[in-house]
Amino acid sequence: MEKTNYTAADYKAGQPRWCPGCGDHAFLSSFHKALAEIGTPPHQIAVISGIGCSSRLPYYMNTYGMHTIHGRAAAIATGAKVANPDLTIWQISGDGDALAIGGNHFIHAVRRNVDINIILLNNRIYGLTKGQYSPTSARGFISKSSPYGTVEDPFRPAELCFGARGRFFARCVAVDGAPSVEVLKAAEKHKGTSVVEVLQNCVIFNDGTHNVVAKKEDRERNAIYLEHGKPMLFGANHEFGLMQEGFGLKVVKIGENGVTERDILIHDAHCADQTLQLKLALMEGPDFPIALGVIRDVDAPTYDEAVSQQIEEVSAKKKYHTFAELLETNDTWTIS
Amino acid sequence: MADQMIVKELEDVVVRFSGDSGDGMQLAGNMFSNISATEGYDISTFPDFPADIRAPQGSLTGVSGFQVHIGSGKVYTPGDKCDVLVAMNPAALKTQYKFCKSKSVIIIDTDSFTKKDLEKAQFELENPFSELGIKNEVVEAAITTMCKECLKDSGLDNKSIMRTKNMFALGLVCWLFHRDVSVGAKLLREKFAKKPEIAEANVKVLYAGYQFGENTHASVSTSYVVPNRAQKAPGRYMDINGNKATAYGLIAAAEKAGLQLYLGSYPITPATDILHELAKHKSLGVKTVQCEDEIAGCASAVGAAFAGALAVTTTSGPGICLKSEAMNLAVITELPLVIVDVQRGGPSTGLPTKSEQTDLLQVLFGRNGESPMPVIAATSPTDCFDAAYMACKIALEHMTPVVLLTDAYIANGSAAWHLPDLNQYPAIKPPYVKPEMAGHWTPFMRNADTGVRYWAIPGMEGFMHRIGGLEKSNETGAISTDPENHNLMTRLREEKVDRIADDIPELEVEGCDDAELLLVGFGGTYGHLHSAMNALSLLGKKVALAHLKYINPLPKNTADVLSQYKKILVAEQNSGQLAAYLRMKVEGLHLYQFNQIKGQPFVVQELVDACVEVLNA
Repeated sequence: MEKTNYTAADYKAGQPRWCPGCGDHAFLSSFHKALAEIGTPPHQIAVISGIGCSSRLPYYMNTYGMHTIHGRAAAIATGAKVANPDLTIWQISGDGDALAIGGNHFIHAVRRNVDINIILLNNRIYGLTKGQYSPTSARGFISKSSPYGTVEDPFRPAELCFGARGRFFARCVAVDGAPSVEVLKAAEKHKGTSVVEVLQNCVIFNDGTHNVVAKKEDRERNAIYLEHGKPMLFGANHEFGLMQEGFGLKVVKIGENGVTERDILIHDAHCADQTLQLKLALMEGPDFPIALGVIRDVDAPTYDEAVSQQIEEVSAKKKYHTFAELLETNDTWTIS
Repeated sequence: MADQMIVKELEDVVVRFSGDSGDGMQLAGNMFSNISATEGYDISTFPDFPADIRAPQGSLTGVSGFQVHIGSGKVYTPGDKCDVLVAMNPAALKTQYKFCKSKSVIIIDTDSFTKKDLEKAQFELENPFSELGIKNEVVEAAITTMCKECLKDSGLDNKSIMRTKNMFALGLVCWLFHRDVSVGAKLLREKFAKKPEIAEANVKVLYAGYQFGENTHASVSTSYVVPNRAQKAPGRYMDINGNKATAYGLIAAAEKAGLQLYLGSYPITPATDILHELAKHKSLGVKTVQCEDEIAGCASAVGAAFAGALAVTTTSGPGICLKSEAMNLAVITELPLVIVDVQRGGPSTGLPTKSEQTDLLQVLFGRNGESPMPVIAATSPTDCFDAAYMACKIALEHMTPVVLLTDAYIANGSAAWHLPDLNQYPAIKPPYVKPEMAGHWTPFMRNADTGVRYWAIPGMEGFMHRIGGLEKSNETGAISTDPENHNLMTRLREEKVDRIADDIPELEVEGCDDAELLLVGFGGTYGHLHSAMNALSLLGKKVALAHLKYINPLPKNTADVLSQYKKILVAEQNSGQLAAYLRMKVEGLHLYQFNQIKGQPFVVQELVDACVEVLNA
């Protein structure tokens, strides 16, 4: 009889070799827990990664896994999903892997809406090559390859995802366990490409990069957990909220200037128009909280399903279904 | 009009249709080839079109050509030079005249030889024939005028009428060669089944062209008969070009292996037609993904292979540069993958529509690390089917990426193909894991005889595993940087590829038993080398041919064969890549070389001359 109840331990393999304190450890633990709660049998899962610190992750999964080449995980995951749509596919990439060398594959996977779950572990640094700036490092960032500071602006992953017509975007903080599990479950449930940006610390080369949301008390002040259908409230006692103002958003305090909870925006992750969702995804301090949770989750036809469906439709119409029958569709002549 | 009509018998004949790229010369050529093939002649064709989609009308760069070779016996090439040249405008005459034999007949459309037309083709004199020094017989036909006259009551607009000119030329050529023009009419009615008025207009013009020849004897002294002595095996045939044959070979192999065919590709000349062909056949379950780039084409195929499909990626030289990284991932993960390289002129963008054999060393060695790669080179348009089938069989049974080399010449060239019976083709049996292996199986456990690892496909219970681009332990499959293990794995991967030699045919020598010279080539030049060997034997020269289809591994007897000859001439369309490879693989070889990198097929006569020179050396 097939096993149906899984625990986190069923998805664990190997001994992680990331640096002590690396955000990858915390994420991995949330990932194991999320998979156990989802309950997909381990042999029906393929975890496909690129190259970088976080891309080692498949080795710590008791599932099918492929640790591939730098930047190409989205393309490899696409091929695997199209060829074998029954598999649940998780793609693990870092900011360099997904957005620099793999930028083209990332945007096209998102555009096609292949049913894969892309986990983007963003520590804003190249760790495995020992500390160069990444495409998500802030302008002016000092690193070994930018000793006088970078002179370029970073990508904001959400903007790239939305620009590529992304239908699912969520964000969590690696060390923030329970919300991470919830976000991963939502990503798995979503049909189509799900992009989850995981804010993650690199203790060696970029320590403190996400300090504003690193601790629980910081997140209460500097982050907002968005939930579909719920008002956009944050703060230790939910004393702050978000309201629309003109073409933008503003932070308000409940009770001040006559603002009540009823004035606060209700989150709509399912709204097809991405305008407000993008505004939420791009919020940053000090004026705004960083948005966490599922920011956008909109249904759309998936690429892999459409490929299979087209095969069914065309097969029903065409009269040839074997190689021998294919030959018969050509003009031929007989020599006796 | 010639006073007396002579009917001349020829063993074989070459016709070259040429005109503006909008003149429909490819269709006229193709139809002449099909009409002849239907009558049982052996055929070989070669389209020669410009890289520009639509160059300025009447310009020298816009000339499109299509050469057809028809033989009473077996035909190996589209022919060096033509017996009949159809030149629909002065630009065609100017650029194509070089392909004429001294006795060639030239057919022109006089309506397209106005002063303006001559200027577009950069003629300086009023008489283009004297300017080019042409002394051949010229059939002057007012084709445009006659088409208009013929279709004046058809109700077709002028543009549509002008599009039928190619059929007039075809009708005239059919008369010249005593071809059954009704076969052409049948082909036209099939082609334009959905536009009967267009079909009938074309048929009318086709007959008009034929009758023009008959009524006027077309001002030529001679018409030609090619006796039909083709010893073709009885059975059913179709005309097929190399790209279509490649696509069919992939489909056939997937069906035989019981696997889904997955193609990850990116459009590139001259390989794109394989993508086009496969994209049509959804009713055979073929999945094609037009990816964002060449890299993704190959990478997605590696993903599909991991997930259990027969995975293929198709490209040409510049695409191989980009795919090399993902090809190497398939080498180290030991996944089955077929990479089709339809070679074109290089380096860089090079000559996109022209043919070369310059990617050989790239596919053999153009990757980082020790990266053994089986390479198969198809030898003719129809051999693309068998070569593609074998590439899939080797990839799947030996768990390795395999490169199939074709080239623009055989990809676009066509020949009569005896419809294959898939039952006669060898089975394809991938080395799947067996249920009893569960529990003690590791990813790099190998079959002792073949050195091949077993294939566990995601979704199978009990075989979960991780593979990837990092070196793995031969025993556990875990990441390993152990020096001895890496040394071992490197050797095991190489041995696995070397042992494919057990499954491929030995190198065959054709021609004279006591040859003084062995001609050696590979891939798409087979027809020309074979024709050169035949021509040399008619001259009384003792020459044999060993043509390589399996390049890595080489057939087991390669060294034995090569060591038997005093003189060996390696002829290839590159600067000596096969010769260099053979010198590396077989010690003590002294090789003569014949190398051309012109983007054009070999000329048989030049090969003959080169052989004679080596024989006399």
